[in-house]
Amino acid sequence: MSVSRFWRKIPQRYNLIGTQCTTCGRYFYPPRSLCPDCRRSGKIVDHKFNGEGTVVTYTVVRSASDQFENTTPYVLAIVELDEGPRLTSQIACLPEEAKIGMRVHSVFRRIAADGESGVIHYGTKFVPTE
Amino acid sequence: MRDVAVIGVGCTEFGEHWGTSFRDLFVKAGALALEDAGVTGENLDALYVGNMSAGRFVEQEHIGALIADYAGLATNHVPSTRVEAACASGGLAFRQAVIAVASGMEDIVVAAGVEKMTDVGTGASVDMLASAADREWEGFAGATFPGLYAMIATDYMHRYPLTREQLAQVAVKNHENGARNPIAQFQNRITIDTVLNSSLVADPLRLFDCSPITDGAAAVVVVPLERAREFTDSPVRVLASAQASDTIALHDRRDISTLDASVAAGKRAFSQAGLTHKDIDMLEVHDCFTIAEICAIEDLGFCKKGEAGRLTEEGVTALGGKIPVNTSGGLKACGHPVGATGIKQIYEIVNQLRGDAGARQVDAEIGMAHNVGGTGATVVVHILGV
Repeated sequence: MSVSRFWRKIPQRYNLIGTQCTTCGRYFYPPRSLCPDCRRSGKIVDHKFNGEGTVVTYTVVRSASDQFENTTPYVLAIVELDEGPRLTSQIACLPEEAKIGMRVHSVFRRIAADGESGVIHYGTKFVPTE
Repeated sequence: MRDVAVIGVGCTEFGEHWGTSFRDLFVKAGALALEDAGVTGENLDALYVGNMSAGRFVEQEHIGALIADYAGLATNHVPSTRVEAACASGGLAFRQAVIAVASGMEDIVVAAGVEKMTDVGTGASVDMLASAADREWEGFAGATFPGLYAMIATDYMHRYPLTREQLAQVAVKNHENGARNPIAQFQNRITIDTVLNSSLVADPLRLFDCSPITDGAAAVVVVPLERAREFTDSPVRVLASAQASDTIALHDRRDISTLDASVAAGKRAFSQAGLTHKDIDMLEVHDCFTIAEICAIEDLGFCKKGEAGRLTEEGVTALGGKIPVNTSGGLKACGHPVGATGIKQIYEIVNQLRGDAGARQVDAEIGMAHNVGGTGATVVVHILGV
């Protein structure tokens, strides 16, 4: 991913900032600038999520793209945030610990790097909540 | 709107074509289709070419023009259009050709698909295929394509009674069919143990649950039905052409284990053709992973959610079964050159309906093709009949 493409979403990726449509109340993460329900009559504002959520489904990725190859195996999941939206993220836990319905919360982590001298991508992962 | 018919088909062998270039693959498939149709290049009104990612696989864009040129059609200036919808690019190219002919704008049209994937390494391929999903919010987090389908499988197996063995049987069946198909990448038979003993790619999916990386091209010729007999005694009618969209990311779907775009495109196709699933004799579905075939059979309405695993185990979807699925070997065994797959499905159905399918011939008069882009953000469904 190019530096500018990563850079422009740093607030959203680092701090779990998405959006909300104040016309209908629906929350979006990943952020959307157009509400699919209200479309042009929707009003979109930023919203910082509290980072608490539940694992909807998951897998353990054992064969990855070059960028993630030396971090395998890793747990990849769809997490439903308590405010409603769902997102795809890694769960920082052992493969055998992952299960559907597990409560998790967000943490700031290194995600990947563009080679040895390229930009390092940070962002959000989740960890199990005791 | 005019009725449309397929009058000729052609396909390269699917596999690792180290010695054959992107353009040579296409030219071979196109020549086979024109020969089968009994038309020449001078007769053509247009070309529609399905291709997912030549820009990244072979660093070449402007595929429409390249192909028109090397097919010998540049000097008579035949219009050529590239169509892209990830792994559904081929199905979409066929649909564009059907629309062009049905509308009356064009008469003799080639729909083709081509992908040359082995010029890059596996890691790079995995990365490119992940761009069929949401690059910024799925790929960024480390989602691979098998990883996304694995999350569908995890959800599915949590909610419905699908055993690991039933899932493996999808691959066993498709290899059995591939062993009877001379163009298939894998013409070897496997057992359930072959699947269960293969390495994990993304739990619960193993290597033999996944379609391979493949080079290949396929092409078909479509004309108005009223002109089909000028060229062939065995035209195949296009009874329906439907397409549907859904969210690009799996996490935004209404239901993780149901491809709502498959449901929508399937219903539209049945409605257009005035048919029900009982009228369909054979199916080519998008089995990029074994779980995808299970979902496809259900989402298209051939059984209730949660039943496709049992039907597969009982042989209902095998060659001799009540509704044969993926007689070509599917993406799993025939191979999956992404842009070509949707056209290869049409190629297979036309061969079956004309009685040209050799050792894998089934008794069929109506067939359905189901081609998926990404994890279900685009679905294209066609019904063909004789």
